[in-house]
Amino acid sequence: MGKTLFEKIWDKHVVKQIEDGPSVVYIDKHFIHEVTSPQAFSGIEKRGAQIFRPQQIVATADHNVPTMHQELPIKDALSKFQVDTLIENCKKHGVELYGLGHKYQGIVHVIGPELGITQPGMTIVCGDSHTSTHGAFGSIAFGIGTSEVEMVFASQCIMQSKPKVMRINIDGELKNGVVSKDIILYIIAQISASGATGYFVEYAGSAIRALSMEARMTICNMSIEMGARGGMIAPDQTTFDYIKGRLFAPQGADWDKKLAAWKELYTDADAKFDVEINIKAEDIDPMITYGTNPGMGLSVRGTLPTVESFADATEKQNYEKALAYMGLTAGQSLLGMPVQNVFIGSCTNSRIEDFRLVASIIKGKQKDPNIKTLIVPGSQEVAKQIKAEGLDKIFADAGVEIRQAGCSACLGMNEDKIPAGEYCISTSNRNFEGRQGAGARTLLASPLTAAAALLTGKITDIRDILN
Amino acid sequence: MQSLQKITSKFIPLRIENVDTDQIIPARFLKATTKDGFGKNLFRDWRYENDDETKPKADFVLNQKQYSGEILVAAKNFGCGSSREHAAWSIQDYGFKVVVSSFFADIFKNNALNNGVLPVTVSDAFLQQIFAQGADDTLSVDLEAQTITIDATGAQEKFDINSYKKTCMLNGYDDIDYLLNMKPEIEAYEKTI
Repeated sequence: MGKTLFEKIWDKHVVKQIEDGPSVVYIDKHFIHEVTSPQAFSGIEKRGAQIFRPQQIVATADHNVPTMHQELPIKDALSKFQVDTLIENCKKHGVELYGLGHKYQGIVHVIGPELGITQPGMTIVCGDSHTSTHGAFGSIAFGIGTSEVEMVFASQCIMQSKPKVMRINIDGELKNGVVSKDIILYIIAQISASGATGYFVEYAGSAIRALSMEARMTICNMSIEMGARGGMIAPDQTTFDYIKGRLFAPQGADWDKKLAAWKELYTDADAKFDVEINIKAEDIDPMITYGTNPGMGLSVRGTLPTVESFADATEKQNYEKALAYMGLTAGQSLLGMPVQNVFIGSCTNSRIEDFRLVASIIKGKQKDPNIKTLIVPGSQEVAKQIKAEGLDKIFADAGVEIRQAGCSACLGMNEDKIPAGEYCISTSNRNFEGRQGAGARTLLASPLTAAAALLTGKITDIRDILN
Repeated sequence: MQSLQKITSKFIPLRIENVDTDQIIPARFLKATTKDGFGKNLFRDWRYENDDETKPKADFVLNQKQYSGEILVAAKNFGCGSSREHAAWSIQDYGFKVVVSSFFADIFKNNALNNGVLPVTVSDAFLQQIFAQGADDTLSVDLEAQTITIDATGAQEKFDINSYKKTCMLNGYDDIDYLLNMKPEIEAYEKTI
């Protein structure tokens, strides 16, 4: 029997299978950032151990950095200490750091692919659940805890039980105004925030093949939001074209050799998945979330479920809790509801293509006067590209300021927060209670839907603007 | 890592589904560079009004004096979302040794195991039986036998844990010791790639 894409890469990286236990899996690339690494560095030092393969680690500062005036010292003392600790740790242990002020600095899941570090067939980990993003290149990439960061420091290996495999096929053509963020929000709404727990997901089908690398990254990024260990897409010409010529991409004869190996990375026709799900691209509308987990999403034209539609008493209670937090009513429609904030950014949607999409909608128009914005490129490179393409002018003319690279209001660790009780249309990945600031009410959506709200001040069907 | 063999304790019932790690420990507390002291901020925004420790929310279970113990019992999909191990550190630092649910998110489960906190997965029906118990009733967890018992009724369920992790937990070993001892094998593997 043939192998799935996941199995081909996994099997090649198993150093040892512990009897009735996890596999010891070799890790090709390890990304680290300031928030989940300090305790791993001190852990390894306490053991008197060395970092085993420092040249396979890349560090950046992203979660806890300001997105304005990055040239000035960080004001918040704790944040500054954490970022300084990363600088010190990287220096001490010989780890490459693209820190604040470095031209390659940015959100870890934006810079890895953009610098050509992320490549097909690799195993990639990072102390961050959105590491699944890198799976868009046909790699096994997943988020880990800090103890596991320490494991990789110590041995370049990690202990993992082999997950089951799921394939989600999306075939057909997307409707106008529907983009990859809508695909993944639709999938999660269908299978729930825990629907893929225990599985590694491969996304396949004609609608996936038609997507750019940026769009594929958005989909793989949110795999964790349905509980999946990771998500991946088989590499193809789109992947190879994206990687070729990037800073750390293979060159010359090495490129030819790697490319030949990458072309073998696909699921065999007779391979078996534990679960297979089929979705028609035509069924997907522009999506928006209404609740406090990413599975609580619907078509922007839809209505919220009734309380009675939940069978179980605990589920009913949880739905009512979410509605109370969000200030919404069961059965209502969201279309036309005023929002106060728009956040465009995060490892889900802060790449150049996302800014192009937004610019295409707001070009020559003015933002709604009541809307407050946080517009945050994923990296210094994205920010540079925005300028090079003149998109900064389009944003400025619309009355919208572009900030500097970082995770920003996706998790509200820095000062970029949404005020309590206010709504925010956000291109990020999580609508958990308090995620964007205590009491903040997050509505997850695509960059197009966010751009529409930027202009109208309300939840808007982007197709009403496009048509 | 702390070892765990058997425990009999009262429990704290958290009847909430999809408890994400942002609720367990909000992001603003992730600026620390050590593992200490996270327990006081466990479930911070569910515990206190306006982030004010003098204003505990009466409706939240950690603030209800009748409930205590070293076992946390939560509804399904506990620990979803962010991979932050700070969630496991918070739960451990607060004093929990066992978390019981009908379904755990993967990363949280690993993080808990790596910190000597035992995640015990039970059936939905058994979870409901636990939730039906009174505040003074106890649960007994026996890791060696892989059983969880409602002491008042004698109802018992077996739970799964792979034998490697079980041995680690029973003895307080951690994976890093194991991996450090594997270096020759890892170096040999590297020569094959």
